[in-house]
Amino acid sequence: MSAQRLQSGGRIDRQQRIEFNWDGRSLRGYAGDSLASALLASNETVLGRSFKYHRPRGIMSAGVEESGAMVTIGRGARRDPNVKATMQELYQGLHASGQNAWPNVRYDVGAVNSLFGRFFAAGFYYKTFMGLPPFEWGSKGTGLWMKYEKIIRKAAGMGAASREPDPDVYDHAHGFCDVLVVGSGPAGLQAALTAAKAGMEVWLVEQDCLLGGDLLNLADEKTEKKRLELIAELEQAGVRMMTRTTAFGLYDNGIAGLLERVTDHLAAAPAHLPRQRFWTLRARHTIVASGAMERGMAFGNNDRPGIMNVAAGRTYLNRYAVRAGQQVVVATNNDSAYDSAADLAAAGAKVCLLDARTRIGSNMLDIAGAANISLHTGSVPLNARGLPAVNGIDVAAAAGDGWAFESRLNCDLLLVSGGWSPVVHLMSHRGVKPVWDAEQACFIAPPIEEPIHVAGSAAGIWNTDACFDSGKSVGARVVKALGGKARARAMPEVGGWANPIRPVYEVRVDGRKTKAIVDPQHDVTADDVRLAHREGFVSVEHLKRYTTLGMATDGGKVGNIIGLALMAEAIGTEIPNVGTTTFRPPYTPVAIGALKGRNVDEHFRPLRRTPMHDWNLQQGATMTMAGLWHRPWYFARSGETINEAYVRETETTRATVGLCDVTSLGKIAIQGPDATELLNRVYTNPFAKLPIGKARYGIMLRDDGMVMDDGTTWRLSETDYFMTTTTAHAAKVMVWLEELLQTRWQDLRVHVTSVSEQWAGSAVAGPKAREVLSACVEDADVMSSDNFPFMGVIETTLKGGIPCRIARISFSGELAYEAYVPSDYAPAMMDLLWPEAQKHDGCLYGLEALGAMRIEKGHVTGAELDGRVSIDDAGLGKMANPDKLFIGKAMRNRPELLREDRPRLVGIKPVDTGQTFNAGSILCASNKVSGLGEGWITAVTHSPAMGHWIGIGFIAGGHQAWEGKTLVAADPVRKGNINVEIISPHMYDPSGEKMYG
Amino acid sequence: MIIINCPFCGPRDHSEFGYGGDASIDYPALDAPMDEWHDAIFLRENICGMQAETWHHVNGCRMWLIVERDTMTHEIKSVRPAHGGNAAVLENVAEGGES
Amino acid sequence: MNRYSAWAVFKNGLSGHRGWTRQWRDPEPKKAYDIVIVGAGLHGLATAYYLAKNHGLRNIAVLEKGWLGGGNAGRNTTIVRSNYMMPGNREFYEHSLKLWENLSHDLNYNVMFSQRYHVTLLHSPAARDAAARRYNTMRLTGSDGELWDLATLKAEIPHLNYNNARFPITGAAVQKRAGNARHDAIAWGYARAADSLGVDIIQNCEVTGVTRNGGEVSALETSRGTIAAKKVGFAVAGNSSRLWQMAGLGRLPIESHKLQAFVSEPLKPLLDHVVVFGVGGAHFYISQSDKGGMVFGGDLDWYKSYAQRGNLPMVQDVAECATSIMPCLGRVRLLRHWAGVMDMSMDGSPFICKTSLKNLYLNAGWNYGGFKASPASGWYFADLIANDRPDPVIENHDLERFRRGVNIDERGAGPDPKLHG
Repeated sequence: MSAQRLQSGGRIDRQQRIEFNWDGRSLRGYAGDSLASALLASNETVLGRSFKYHRPRGIMSAGVEESGAMVTIGRGARRDPNVKATMQELYQGLHASGQNAWPNVRYDVGAVNSLFGRFFAAGFYYKTFMGLPPFEWGSKGTGLWMKYEKIIRKAAGMGAASREPDPDVYDHAHGFCDVLVVGSGPAGLQAALTAAKAGMEVWLVEQDCLLGGDLLNLADEKTEKKRLELIAELEQAGVRMMTRTTAFGLYDNGIAGLLERVTDHLAAAPAHLPRQRFWTLRARHTIVASGAMERGMAFGNNDRPGIMNVAAGRTYLNRYAVRAGQQVVVATNNDSAYDSAADLAAAGAKVCLLDARTRIGSNMLDIAGAANISLHTGSVPLNARGLPAVNGIDVAAAAGDGWAFESRLNCDLLLVSGGWSPVVHLMSHRGVKPVWDAEQACFIAPPIEEPIHVAGSAAGIWNTDACFDSGKSVGARVVKALGGKARARAMPEVGGWANPIRPVYEVRVDGRKTKAIVDPQHDVTADDVRLAHREGFVSVEHLKRYTTLGMATDGGKVGNIIGLALMAEAIGTEIPNVGTTTFRPPYTPVAIGALKGRNVDEHFRPLRRTPMHDWNLQQGATMTMAGLWHRPWYFARSGETINEAYVRETETTRATVGLCDVTSLGKIAIQGPDATELLNRVYTNPFAKLPIGKARYGIMLRDDGMVMDDGTTWRLSETDYFMTTTTAHAAKVMVWLEELLQTRWQDLRVHVTSVSEQWAGSAVAGPKAREVLSACVEDADVMSSDNFPFMGVIETTLKGGIPCRIARISFSGELAYEAYVPSDYAPAMMDLLWPEAQKHDGCLYGLEALGAMRIEKGHVTGAELDGRVSIDDAGLGKMANPDKLFIGKAMRNRPELLREDRPRLVGIKPVDTGQTFNAGSILCASNKVSGLGEGWITAVTHSPAMGHWIGIGFIAGGHQAWEGKTLVAADPVRKGNINVEIISPHMYDPSGEKMYG
Repeated sequence: MIIINCPFCGPRDHSEFGYGGDASIDYPALDAPMDEWHDAIFLRENICGMQAETWHHVNGCRMWLIVERDTMTHEIKSVRPAHGGNAAVLENVAEGGES
Repeated sequence: MNRYSAWAVFKNGLSGHRGWTRQWRDPEPKKAYDIVIVGAGLHGLATAYYLAKNHGLRNIAVLEKGWLGGGNAGRNTTIVRSNYMMPGNREFYEHSLKLWENLSHDLNYNVMFSQRYHVTLLHSPAARDAAARRYNTMRLTGSDGELWDLATLKAEIPHLNYNNARFPITGAAVQKRAGNARHDAIAWGYARAADSLGVDIIQNCEVTGVTRNGGEVSALETSRGTIAAKKVGFAVAGNSSRLWQMAGLGRLPIESHKLQAFVSEPLKPLLDHVVVFGVGGAHFYISQSDKGGMVFGGDLDWYKSYAQRGNLPMVQDVAECATSIMPCLGRVRLLRHWAGVMDMSMDGSPFICKTSLKNLYLNAGWNYGGFKASPASGWYFADLIANDRPDPVIENHDLERFRRGVNIDERGAGPDPKLHG
């Protein structure tokens, strides 16, 4: 190939030279260049190596379908593999390198694969690598395969991704508009203008860095003038024009996903800008003017560097001022190549045009004649010669129904046009099956019921003027649909070439063996397609999956149609009978970073802190996660381990008093005349007679009778309750109550309001709890035992006028209270409580001590109530009142749930009380330490009160069935087995004297 | 994205909503026999096509809605409050009456 | 059947691969079969294969409305594991994993089952204890499983986010025998093997009606004519309810939901294991295909749907999960995303059972678990159909279990199908 930069013309800025690095060498281009055009101008021919055979690859196109010039951009944490050089704008200092090759793409050791290529046919790997070769000896296991796999994995893949965290920032943005226009070619520009002039809010998105689409590649001044005028008009009409923005997918209800590449083209990105922006755009109507793509033909070595599509040859010439070759063969089967050939000839190339058609109208002959092009009709390329780059071709001429070798031509550039495929991808995302148009030899999207419209060559309209017209027509249609005024215009007809296309998908001559590539990225050959047919993979979906045709990063833009055509030929049918492929989003690959936006790292999920979070930290709390919450885990004194800390906190609380932040519990205000009735129905135990000023522990079941949640509910007045839920289920219970009230029980006059954020709470637990609180309330009398019995509730005021509601409830098993104040007062409450607690040598305690005390008491939490446990399993069956109705009542009595041998809540202690054990151990009968076991341990702790480790868990039949027997707590994943005994779960103060006292 | 036209808040992305389930399920009375509950809880028509279903505007007005939606195309035919009283209030407002 | 081997590949390579023949026939449907399986997905094909292989039955057809393996067989994220703990599921998925281990040899088709470790990240002591219960159960029932501490995990997978994760990674629960496989190959391997045993796989044959003779199915009306059958098995996950209603059987404990799956551009090896991440309401799993694509997925789209395409909120959510655990994935580009329709059941576990019709058998409700389950699903379903009684392992995988009070609920999510992802 002898490409040359022209002295004038093009859209490059010759004043702005740009230095960049390709594979370790410094090269130059100009502002306005793509990486591909700059490499082309530098006569870099081999830019990549193919997936399987490591065939040399060069530039094949000038667009998103590029399958040859796939390179790696950037270094270190910013290394980007698999970048299409055609889509990368050149910038100062750009660092690009070849990939899938060693030592480099020019001299690649992997090319040895080509020698064995005959064995690497489609699907060969399904037939071997199972056992020892040659006959796959051995009939067990995956051992051998996994050895092969290691080698295969290394050979596969294209570029190598960085393992370092991506340092860039991405944004999510949202937009709304009347009309989204995808593509800024003639149809898109005109459609956008038509809609905008009628007063619609229009977004025009273009993946290129310039607006104009194919207009950018036309050399004449008239076209350029019109392009600039249109853009000026669009600006004036207030159209939002977004370049470097790809509409990568269309989703339900008019949603488009847009990817805006904000800084990928900049040498040094300003710090305030994200690398890319992912837009969720909601458009009332969408106009798809995404253009069409030129496809090639399958012939021998059709993937050699120096072979590209005709439009690309023109783009490099007219847009980038690079004449890609001196001796050019243009091979076509349709009219579209003639203008390009003429442009190349006018730029000084020696052009020879092969037209597969034998009869061509005078208009085409005139173009060729005027441009001094040597025209061979009825001729096609049969095989490309030269390595690594093309230096000549074998030409075949029409012979009967097929082709016969005719001659040899020298060339350094071969441009091929096998026809055009409208870009129907976005329609395909909507589930639309495109329809084959045999006359135009392409798939066209049929009309659909959604407000999505197609214009221009995306609709199979080939002439530029007709594309402008189609933009007007579709624009007007959309305006009308939106209730605006616009003059209706006829839609131009599909097609528009003076001479019909002659479909040519493959050129083959019997007896001549050639490798014709259908999908260059995956090295799928024409023979592979035929092999798939021989083996019965005839549907398009099977063909795709078996040969991997169309599964590469171009998503089948290059090879799909040819693959379908070859399969149709093999079957002896027409293309549409083979099927149409469903294109999946995204249209072009999208960085996962852009999709994630900013919700990552620390911001992956919201972090919930209680209003006394800082206060806790000041007191030396170590925090732990509880769902989305951070809660105090323990308050270590200097030198204390977690174990020492929680044991001390437990002992202190049980001996004097402890304070614990319980703010994360869910809190729901339940108000209204029927509030009592609601509670009575959702809790298993009765609430109808709960007096004002009392709280009650309640359990609610799911519809299916399993336990949903538990908590206390406080009656504040006749019609006003304060419900607490577990931290984990706060949101779920709220939703549940809303659902019940709004759907099932619409007659109940109840209002539920989440007040979790409004109230902050502290448990005050221990024998001295009353003293502590008495010293903190304004009226100490309210705390006296008579005024404030167990399960009592008061609304009072803390010193300093802090409104407060207190219930005498106990999770620890001690005399205990939960005191809630409006959230803003939380630190103030703690500043009152803590000095008083300290006067009694009290402590602050965290979740670990809270857990220890609740285990000692046999109180259940989420570890036990895991959604598979019935109220009876949890040992709380007596709380299900047989005399009243409640949710889950019917289902609770399903036979399997009533079995005596259901796993029931129990306490567990080691036989040797010097031993420790783990939650998650499986309880096994001592004579059968295998199988599913008899039960499991849900939680363990050192019990200061008992002086050894204890646990709770479930075992078949419960305490009674296993009393006095020794079991094995099996924990093979951690530390083996220990002998345990089953005891009552109520291990500490079973009579509750301390709590009631 | 599905866009649900919440009668209280206007058109909103479905990600603001929680999906409930088949709105045609008639939950039995609390004292109904187990079999009735079984069928209501566990069995589903599982319509492919237009179905009435409940959605909860959980990150919005927190109203439960009944949405008629095609489960194949995701097209939405109608949205109304699940609670009859709320629906009546809305209608009243729409007619210019006192709410 | 041509036996596949390195030798066969070599020999055919020399002769231009002209020696390969159809991997399965394309027969015309006969008027009647002893057994007709509806659905040539993984489960249907595996069932046919084991009916022929294990039970010596031959007169079998598998009917497929489109192309075999065109549904969820080709839409999943290819993960194979057996870390289930509920009675029934435990034995079932373990048996499946064992079948997987020899599947390539058994089928003489390389399904590329790669036992590359299934690594579930852990983030808290409570999660570690919950995992311990599961993995202890696995160990005690003859499977493998272990807990890794942070140091071990870091050594194995150094490029996860150990620095600034919202939920710091503290270790992992690991099943080393688990991994991933080449999903399409399973469908083709079963199809080829079943076909070679005489099973008729009839593609483009949509069942349009179920003809009943009282309490029995007598024939199936299809787009290719009436096909009579002595026994009929349904294995059409995603569309089970529709076929069920065609048979006049009313409602199933199933809701159809869609699950998206994602693949990136092909890359040189970046991740050697299957990694699973689930905390803070997130759910995410990722592995790398042998071709180099990062294959990953997350939760359901959260609303009932029969559409095989997804929407953006879940795409975002999955991208957030991906980069939260593997921050280098930010620059990796998503190549394709698509969706499959799942039979979501009321407890997250499947149905392989007899039905109220004497000769009709149901295989449905696979939730997320269908891919890895396919060998055992075929195995036990074949056994059920051949012997007209369930193996004890699948005794509780029937439609009546909820009435009895059996919920095989691995997640404890209750009777809400969308929560069983």
